[in-house]
Amino acid sequence: MVRNMKTLLTGNEAIARGAWEAGVCAAFGYPGTPSTEILENLAKRKDDVYLEWAPNEKVAMEAAIGASYAGVRAIVTMKHVGLNVAADPLMTHSYVGSEGGLLICVADDPGQHSSQNEQDSRHFARFAKIPVLEPADSDEALRYMRYGFELSEKYKTPVMIRLTTRVSHSRSLVTEGERSTPKTANFERNPSRFCPLPVWGREMRKRVETRLEALRTETEKSPLNSIEWGDKKLGIIAEGLAYGYVKEVFPSASILKLGWAWPYPDALIREFAGSVEQLVIVEENEDILEEHVRAMGFACKGRDLISGIGELSVPKLLTLRDRLDESNNSEIYTVPAPVADAADLPARPPVLCPGCPHRGLFFALGKHDVLVTGDIGCYSLAVFPPLSRTDTILCMGGGFSVAQGIDKAGEKRRVVGIVGDSTFFHSGITGMLDVVYNKGKSVLVVLDNRTTAMTGHQDHPGTGTTLMGEPTTAVSIEEVGRACGMKKVATVNPYDLKETEKAVSEALAFGETSLIVTRAPCPLRTREPVGNRRSIDSSKCKSCLACVKLGCPAIEVTEKGKKPAINEELCAGCNLCEQVCAFGAIAEVSK
Amino acid sequence: MSGSKNTTTNIILVGVGGQGVLLVSTIIAEAAIRAGMDVKTNEVHGMAQRGGSVLAQVRFGEKVYSPLVWEGTADILIALEEVEALRHAHFLKKGGLAVVSAQRIIPVTVSSGKAQYPADIEARLARAFSNLIVLDALKTAHGLGNAKAANIVTLGAASRGMSALESHWNGAIEQCVAEKHRELNKRAFKAGGEYSK
Repeated sequence: MVRNMKTLLTGNEAIARGAWEAGVCAAFGYPGTPSTEILENLAKRKDDVYLEWAPNEKVAMEAAIGASYAGVRAIVTMKHVGLNVAADPLMTHSYVGSEGGLLICVADDPGQHSSQNEQDSRHFARFAKIPVLEPADSDEALRYMRYGFELSEKYKTPVMIRLTTRVSHSRSLVTEGERSTPKTANFERNPSRFCPLPVWGREMRKRVETRLEALRTETEKSPLNSIEWGDKKLGIIAEGLAYGYVKEVFPSASILKLGWAWPYPDALIREFAGSVEQLVIVEENEDILEEHVRAMGFACKGRDLISGIGELSVPKLLTLRDRLDESNNSEIYTVPAPVADAADLPARPPVLCPGCPHRGLFFALGKHDVLVTGDIGCYSLAVFPPLSRTDTILCMGGGFSVAQGIDKAGEKRRVVGIVGDSTFFHSGITGMLDVVYNKGKSVLVVLDNRTTAMTGHQDHPGTGTTLMGEPTTAVSIEEVGRACGMKKVATVNPYDLKETEKAVSEALAFGETSLIVTRAPCPLRTREPVGNRRSIDSSKCKSCLACVKLGCPAIEVTEKGKKPAINEELCAGCNLCEQVCAFGAIAEVSK
Repeated sequence: MSGSKNTTTNIILVGVGGQGVLLVSTIIAEAAIRAGMDVKTNEVHGMAQRGGSVLAQVRFGEKVYSPLVWEGTADILIALEEVEALRHAHFLKKGGLAVVSAQRIIPVTVSSGKAQYPADIEARLARAFSNLIVLDALKTAHGLGNAKAANIVTLGAASRGMSALESHWNGAIEQCVAEKHRELNKRAFKAGGEYSK
């Protein structure tokens, strides 16, 4: 069998491939599901491309803009909430405009598979008045990169590539190409071009509108937008992956497929809308396209029949189909429900892994009547029972600043603010400065597992390795704390419960704010067990279930009343359970 | 598969983070490519990987648009854990093939006393699936020298539901598995195939 010439790639792999083929020279980002694998895959081409994980998305965006000013093609990657952090440089860069092609690759997460909200990044594109391309699968993701760079350079505008979880993490076949010769960096000095002081910024403001008009003309003839004429009784306008779902459910309808999502091709929409009997808009998340079509004066169906909450799906469109065709009452589609026998199945939420170094700190906090303000990362899982030791979660860095607000509001209980190591460098330091300088008394904790764990183990300024694989200076969290004015700084091994509990008690007894750094590498990254695995001697076990309260997936109680046992396939040998057992029933299994 | 209009084969794979669900989906996709078909797959990353339920999906056929398999349409359900098989039973179409590795992984919700692992799970599986293969893939994999190959043993058993890919499995395994594990996985696949006979 001859293997066909296509390759199966995820959307994120295709974005990386497309950037490389288009001659990208510099790539910046901050990890965030579902965007992370773009830079990880592009890093396989580090001989051709400069790459870095920046401390946060704002820094990444600014650095990518700088590379564009120097005249080369650059990309910046992040998840949707990362764009909030990077919004400041984006809004003004829209005025200044790109030199080398600049693509902002943003991955939205409809359905909140791995995110705290499901905001729609197209709002940001419209806000910044920049075009958005929205691929439906990996092949389009690859091809849109070259198109996007050309568009960016032709109109001196940054271009957003909007991805969603299902585009980023689905695999489909792509046709690969060769790499174009990259441009060479050569910054041309021109203050009125690059400095938006009011005198020049006002002129830039006008040019944003002129550019937008030119883009509206360009999108009318763009190959990314096309009409597939079918039955004209039903016409559907679909953006991005919505097109894929529409093709499954309405194979014979007429479809206007939009790969260039904003600004919209009004003449094309007018031609299409005027030729079909019933017009339906299908888009994921917000109803941006539908609002636009309605504002053009066309009646259409969309959000009135299909919810924008959660991700789009074929079942949602099957329901839409039934609602459109009111005469067809015989075959109403209902999404098959779980079988009756599944009604009482135990839930299986994500949990802190066996051997997770974060567990010890949360267990120690359980001994005090304190409030815990958490953050974004694996440690957010400590909110669930049996640890149940997180009271708030907001955004990257919020773990420290929210603590300060609760404390300063006059709350009687002490507050413990928590961030991870990568989060500390992302935006925890400014919150810590606030607490110290404004005389807060919250205990601040950095859970340092030496990596950005939740997104799949990326380096950060504390690890000492760059995305290019080069050793560099690892920044000390403790020294940063002291430089910010922290008078008391403790470093603990979170696998030693006594040491951890002592540090927490001392910090709470200290009248001012203080910093605790719990340090142990994530065992998923080291791929080494923490120690020899443990087992429970059932003859000594009194079923007090103290070990179960650690919330370790390796400690299993198969049914109520049975004694706990340790699953040898799962145990990572962290030894916490042995430390909490008052009866000496848990011990190391010697090899 | 349902007639000439829709010739797409839908497969869903379920298990618990860390069991190797993604490798199974990759091998099926590679076999389908080798058979000259269009393929789309989907997988989960991020938070769901931390010991939670994992769902992956593969669709192959002449032309595939949606990467997601929707409820009531899967031709085959491949499950590496028994509760996860039942939890996702409604994805299978009527009469579809369910291949379940008889493994039980106790969720933390059970250990902490908040929920129960059903003692009658096997009877429930028999009620939920009219076309069911339950196999002790873990034991078979242990016998071959590596418990981690239980996923490929299960795939071997499920392969009888994918006759169009029959001559492409070896090539797909060679393509997707690192060299040092290749022979083990080929033997695991073959051993799984014996179950369904």
